[in-house]
Amino acid sequence: MTAHLLSLATVQEPTIDYASTGFLIICASLVLLMTVPGLALFYGGMTRAKSVLNMMMMSFGAMGVVGVIYVLFGYSMSFGPNDLGGIIANPFDKFGLKDTADLINPFGYDGYGWIPEVVFVGFQLTFAVITVALISGAIADRVKFSTWLVFAGLWVTLCYFPIAHMVWGGGLLSGSESGLAATLFGATDGIADVVPIDFAGGTVVHINAGMAGLVLALIVGKRLGFGKSVMRPHNVPLVMIGAGLLWFGWFGFNAGSELAPDATAALVWVNTTVATCAAMLGWLLIEKLRDGHATSIGAASGVVAGLVAITPACGALSPLGSIALGAVAGGLAAYAVGLKYRFGFDDSLDVVGVHLVAGVWGTIGAGLLSTSTGLLYGKGVQQTLLQIVIALVALLISGVMTALIGLALRATMGWRISEDEESAGIDQSEHAETAYDLSPRGGRLAGNLPALARETTAQTEGAPA
Amino acid sequence: MKLVTAIIKPHALDDVKTALESYGITGMTISEASGYGRQRGHSEVYRGAEYTVDFVPKIRLEVLVEDLDARSVVDVIMSAASSGRIGDGKIWTVPVEDVARVRTGERGSDAI
Repeated sequence: MTAHLLSLATVQEPTIDYASTGFLIICASLVLLMTVPGLALFYGGMTRAKSVLNMMMMSFGAMGVVGVIYVLFGYSMSFGPNDLGGIIANPFDKFGLKDTADLINPFGYDGYGWIPEVVFVGFQLTFAVITVALISGAIADRVKFSTWLVFAGLWVTLCYFPIAHMVWGGGLLSGSESGLAATLFGATDGIADVVPIDFAGGTVVHINAGMAGLVLALIVGKRLGFGKSVMRPHNVPLVMIGAGLLWFGWFGFNAGSELAPDATAALVWVNTTVATCAAMLGWLLIEKLRDGHATSIGAASGVVAGLVAITPACGALSPLGSIALGAVAGGLAAYAVGLKYRFGFDDSLDVVGVHLVAGVWGTIGAGLLSTSTGLLYGKGVQQTLLQIVIALVALLISGVMTALIGLALRATMGWRISEDEESAGIDQSEHAETAYDLSPRGGRLAGNLPALARETTAQTEGAPA
Repeated sequence: MKLVTAIIKPHALDDVKTALESYGITGMTISEASGYGRQRGHSEVYRGAEYTVDFVPKIRLEVLVEDLDARSVVDVIMSAASSGRIGDGKIWTVPVEDVARVRTGERGSDAI
């Protein structure tokens, strides 16, 4: 029956759904705001004053590299028409966005939902960008900018596009007939009986980036003085602004993933909000009990942990379920950020503690709390088991691919700047800038003025008195 | 001539300045300083990691005075800056060999 309706819909001349198209253009722009400046500020404020520019440039750099690659072959690798073993699609089918001028109907809705394919491309591009940028927090203050840019290109190609294809492009981790879910629990009419829940990217974005952050932190090594000298955040208000912008942009991320401004998108908006509120309270409660104070960084971090956890689950939960999911996410992540000191790895800005832990919890929690298939709603254990399986597969792929790329770059370009450069501050050595000029004492021009400025100076000097 | 240097709490600066002006002192120099004595520092927590911040913000205030005024100026600063609580600061006096006013070239007491 469904198949019959679908074929009817494609026979008729499709008409553009202006509401969905406009909605997606706005949502894509919101997701872009998450990376620059949202994430750049969130991470930048947490570093020391001598490395804030480099931290923000890692987000801007990821934006540049991934944006271009996505248009060249990233979209084709993620959503192209020819699947290669459930792992990846052919990068050349839609190379440079060839053959993307038509309308598409991603969910096969009857009656509405036809959108230009390029608006879908734009929306998905922004997801690839922020996933790469998220990793940068794990290796703050110490890596060559050039190596980071090369890593961004390699990682998005070899790790992000395959996982995006597997989950969203009809591959191994999707509900398609050839996917893991169908193999494990059977399929009917070409769709798995138990469909994996990843509404907006718990596996593709957060587990993926979190695991990559952990592996890279191990490969790159600790900052000088990690665990001994003081590395407190240099500008907490920047962190708060960044967290607020991330939250705002996240509405595009989650509600936009419905691809249409409908009732589900509205539910997703409410779930995203209320889970995030609960997660912030959860984090602050743990902090108050453990450390004696509810901190600003804790509130900002709780917000992000809640947003991460609700990302895969936001379309499947009730608002009450979202509160439970968020509160647990905030509390778990508040504990998890201490692990790096116990195990001695320098995940500088807690990509593991926040994104990996909350991402895994959100993916599994979706199986527990889904109103239609959740274990806690008495709908059996299959969905939860499947969620654990897709989380583990995503962890494994991300871990292995990141290790290969990270080790290859360590052996060739090298990751670290010199110890002298690191102690003086990476902003100076990698970018020839300092973030703050609070005491403008001394200094003089050292030549090399741009041509126009030099000309103007000469004219002024040469003018008659 | 003497140089009186006082390390005081930042929020006491206005009271000290007003008191010195009433006494007849017409100029002073201040700078932001950080330090600790018996007050010690305080602790801060970021994502569960606790840091001890030893150096707390202070104001360093410097006044050049005639020998005869030195003791009274110390008393004026002391009474205006005192809250009776730990961390109120310290004042010390050192002799000054010469003073010059840059604009006029006056030297010694005339330059104060």
